[in-house]
Amino acid sequence: MNTGALITMVVTQLIVASLTIYFYRRVLRTPMKEEPDSYSDNDDQPRS
Amino acid sequence: MSTNTDSWGSRVGLILAMAGNAVGLGNFLRFPVQAVQNGGGAFIIPYLVCFLLMGIPLLWMEWGMGRFGGAKGHHSTPFILDTMNKRRIWKYIGVFGIFTNIAVASYYCYIESWTMSYVYHSIIGTFRGMDQAQVADFFVTYTTIGKSTTGIPYEAVVFYILCLLLNTWILSKGLGGVEKVAKIGVPMLLIFGAFLAIRGLTLGESGASAEHPDANAWDGFNFLWTPQFDSLSNPKVWLAAAGQIFFTLSVGMGTVHCYASYLKMKDDVALNAVTSGFTNEFVEVVLGSMIVIPIAAGYLGMDWVRENAGFGMAFQTMPFLFEKWGVILATFAGVFWFGLLFFAGITSSLAMGTPWVGFLQDEFDWKQRSAAWSFGLIILIFGLPTVLFFNYGVFDEYDYWGGTVSLVIFALIEAILFSWIFGIKRGWETVTAGADLKIPIFFKFVMKYITPALLLFVFVGSLITPRIIKVVDIRTNGENHSEVIEFLESSGFEKKRETGNEIRFSLSANQFSQNFASVVAFENQLGSEFGMDDKTLQISDYQNWSGEFNSLISGNGWQMDNSAILAQLMNSGINAKIKAATDPDEIKQLKLTRNYSNLARGLLSTLFLGIAVLVYIAYRRRMKLAQA
Repeated sequence: MNTGALITMVVTQLIVASLTIYFYRRVLRTPMKEEPDSYSDNDDQPRS
Repeated sequence: MSTNTDSWGSRVGLILAMAGNAVGLGNFLRFPVQAVQNGGGAFIIPYLVCFLLMGIPLLWMEWGMGRFGGAKGHHSTPFILDTMNKRRIWKYIGVFGIFTNIAVASYYCYIESWTMSYVYHSIIGTFRGMDQAQVADFFVTYTTIGKSTTGIPYEAVVFYILCLLLNTWILSKGLGGVEKVAKIGVPMLLIFGAFLAIRGLTLGESGASAEHPDANAWDGFNFLWTPQFDSLSNPKVWLAAAGQIFFTLSVGMGTVHCYASYLKMKDDVALNAVTSGFTNEFVEVVLGSMIVIPIAAGYLGMDWVRENAGFGMAFQTMPFLFEKWGVILATFAGVFWFGLLFFAGITSSLAMGTPWVGFLQDEFDWKQRSAAWSFGLIILIFGLPTVLFFNYGVFDEYDYWGGTVSLVIFALIEAILFSWIFGIKRGWETVTAGADLKIPIFFKFVMKYITPALLLFVFVGSLITPRIIKVVDIRTNGENHSEVIEFLESSGFEKKRETGNEIRFSLSANQFSQNFASVVAFENQLGSEFGMDDKTLQISDYQNWSGEFNSLISGNGWQMDNSAILAQLMNSGINAKIKAATDPDEIKQLKLTRNYSNLARGLLSTLFLGIAVLVYIAYRRRMKLAQA
C-alpha cells in the first residue's frame, strides 16, 4: 500500500472511529432525565 | 384521537434503530464504488465536508421536526409538517415521507429476500465448485421468475413473501419489535463486517492466480485511498459525495421524523442524531471500504474491479470469491456477508414501515397490528411488479423515482421549510431543547444557508445533469509525447489546454464509448503502445457545466446526460438505445422495457395520489372532530 493511501485511510478511519466512540461515551455517561422521559425501560430506575 | 401510545425502550435502542435505519446495503456496495469512480482517497474530503455541512444538519432538522410534531401527537410527515406552518400545502408535501417509504420498501424487500435466500444457499453449499460465470448466472436464473435454483417453484417470489411476512410481523409488535431487531441486528452486522474486513486487510497477494496473476488486495486499498487532489475541482465529484451522504443517512425519507416523533420535548435530539449519524459513518468508511473492493481486487485484480464495480458484485461475485477460502470458511463468509446485508436491510425496511403505521394509528385510529399488516399488503401489491418484471426495468424505475428523486425533492423542501418558513430561530430552539450536546452556533448559519444551498446543488445537478466528458491529462514532465498526442487527436479527442507540464484533452463520454471498449482498455492501450502510466496519464469524468452553459447562452440549447431527471422523464436513454439498435429482437425487448417502465411510473403516481387523498380525508376528519 502506498504511503499517501495509507495515511489517508488511517487518518480518516481514526477520526471517524474516535468520534463514534466519543459520542457513544457521552450518551452512556449522560445522566437520565426526570420521569416521564421518552424511554420505558428505565421507568423503575432511580434518578441521579 | 391517536391510538398510538408506543415508546422507545431505551436511548441506546433508539440510536441503534436510527443507525440501523441509515445503515443499508449502500454502505457496503455504493460507497466504495462511488469512491473508486470519483477520485479515490480525495473523494473522502468532499464526502466528509458534505457530511458536516449537509448530513449532520439535515439529521438535526429531521430529528427536531419529528420531535416537534410528535409532541402534538403526529408520527408521520404529512401532519408533522402541517404543525410547522398554517398553509395547507405542507401536509401534501409531507406525503413524500410516506410515499418514498412504500416505494422503496417495495423493491428493497426484494433485495432483502435475496440476502435471505443467499444465506440459505451459502449454508447448503450451492456455490461450491462453481466458476465465476456460473455464480453470476445463478443470480440471473434466480431473478428469472419461473426458474428455480432449489426446486421450490417461484422461488424468488416465495422468499420475497417470506421476507415481507417477517417484516410485517416485527412491525406488528410496535417500536419494541423494531428496537429488539436493531439491538441484535446492528451488533451482529458489526461483528460480521469486522470478520470480513480483517479478511480484506490480510488477503494481500495471496489471492493471485494463473488467470489473474497481478491480483493484489493492496491495489484495492490503494485505489480507494490514494488521494487525487485534482478531482477536488471537479463538480461531478462533489455532486457524487453530496449524493452519497444524502442516501447513506436515509434523510429525506420521513423515517427519521417518525422515529424521533416518539421523543418528548425535554429529551435530547442533538447528541442522539450525531451518534446515530457517526455509527452509520463508521460502518461505511471503516467497514464498507475494507470488504468488497479489496477482496475482489485480491482475487480478480484492479482492472476487473474498475470495469465491473457495482451493486451486482454482492451477489454475482462475492460467493465465488468466498469459495476460494475452503469449504468451512466459505460457508461462514457467505453467511456473514449475506447475513450482514440482511441485517443492514431489515433494520432499514422496518423503519420504512413505521411512518405508514403511525399515520393510520394517528389519523384513522387503526390498531398497531392492523396497520402493520396493511403495510405488508400494500408492499405486496406494489412490490410484486418489481419481482415479476425485474428484468424489464420496473425495479430500476422504483429505485430512481422512489428511492432517489423523491428523497432529494423532499429534503430540499423540508430544509427550506425548517430554516426559512418555520424560521431558523424556532428551528434552532427545536433542535437544541433538552440537548445533551452543545451545538456550535456556526451550525445555525449552516442550517439556514449552506445546507439548503447544497441540497439545491444536488437537486439542480440531478435535474439537468450535463453530458459527461472524458478528460485525459498528459503530464509531459519535459518529455515529448507527440505520438500519444497524435493518437488522441486521431481518436477524436480535442486539446483543451496546455500548461507548463500538462496537456488536457477531452472527448464526450458517448463518443469515447463508441471508440474504446472501456477506460481500462484505453489505459492499457496507451500503456502498451506509448509507455504511459499513472504518473504520466490521468483520466477523469467531468460534467460539462461550462460547455453546456456557453451552448445555452449562444442559443444551441443544453444537452443533458441520460441520467438527468428531465432526460429520464423523457425516456431519452432508452429511446436512444432503440434508435441505435438494429436487431429486431433487441428493439422489441427495449420497447417492452420502456412500456414496463411507464407502467412502473403509473403505479408510483397512483401510490402518491392515493396517499394524498388519504391525507385529505384525514384532514377533513380532523376538521369535523374539531367542530364537534
